[in-house]
Amino acid sequence: MNVWLLLIGMGIVTYAIRLSLIVLIGRVDVPPLIQRALRFVPPAVLSAIIFPELLRPGGTLDLSPGNVRLLAGVLAAGVAWRTKNVLLTIGVGMVALWVLQVVIPH
Amino acid sequence: MRSPRSEFIAGVRAELPLMLGVIPFGMIYGVLAMGAGLPVGAAMAMSSIVFAGSAQFVGVQLIRSGVPGMVIVFTTFIVNLRHMLYSASVAPHFARLSPRWKWLLAYLLTDEAYAVAITRYNQAAAAATDFANKHWYFLGAGLTLWVTWQISTAVGIFLGAQIPASWSLDFTLALTFIALVAPALRDRPSMAAALSAGVIAVLAADLPYKLGLMVAAIGGIAIGLWVEARQPSSALHRQRADNP
Repeated sequence: MNVWLLLIGMGIVTYAIRLSLIVLIGRVDVPPLIQRALRFVPPAVLSAIIFPELLRPGGTLDLSPGNVRLLAGVLAAGVAWRTKNVLLTIGVGMVALWVLQVVIPH
Repeated sequence: MRSPRSEFIAGVRAELPLMLGVIPFGMIYGVLAMGAGLPVGAAMAMSSIVFAGSAQFVGVQLIRSGVPGMVIVFTTFIVNLRHMLYSASVAPHFARLSPRWKWLLAYLLTDEAYAVAITRYNQAAAAATDFANKHWYFLGAGLTLWVTWQISTAVGIFLGAQIPASWSLDFTLALTFIALVAPALRDRPSMAAALSAGVIAVLAADLPYKLGLMVAAIGGIAIGLWVEARQPSSALHRQRADNP
């Protein structure tokens, strides 16, 4: 798909969601199941992106100690869980990746 | 009652501290968009057309992995669904505004603008002081975020174009997502949703059209709901067992 068509598609979808209930409130109710499901959207979608990035860095499953992205990612997850600090997580993860790339032969 | 101008300025002031977190986030987006090979114009336009941080990050990641456009648009829908809750929440406050105001404020309805404005609205409601120019407060907060987002992503795009590929900067995207997800995993249903979605995504990675992502996301959400639904009843059973 053309990148501009894609941007317009993403923009329309985003705007329609934001406008939806400002305009429709009182006319429709959000089903309770959807309301409960919403809080699982970020962990589910983001994990579905993160796991393959860490476990299949070259396009195939790699659970070996030579998988530096997996090691750096697990370390970063620990930092994120403890500190809740986005910039620190990215900083520690990148430094770990660079160090591991030098230390571990691959 | 305060004038539109003073409400607008109050909204700008309330939004400013949040910019500390938004500026680096916007810059990282710009760097990543360049790393993913997006043209400069498209990367910049995404910040004003879509204007949604996490959806832009996910979009860039999916463009980089060659995911078909329809799947990206659908993923954007899922990622931004939470804004429907914000939309419902601000709707009573905007009910008497003209359609033009509603359309404008809907465009500015982001996590950060919502958080600041709804705090003020709830305080005013608690103090029983209904203020007539509350939409100006929202406009001040929303425009502050909009301008900051455009400038910080532009700076990131400029920097991203100078950084060599050997720095593995594409990895900052996975790290950003980790930084957003990991702290939120404080209860069992969320952990179950994240873990199952991740495992399904790895197993289903070879599905055509990159459908593995959608299968994994929907599967994770379903499992999160299932674990949550089981929890109160199992706690109840234990209580019953404790009290014969």
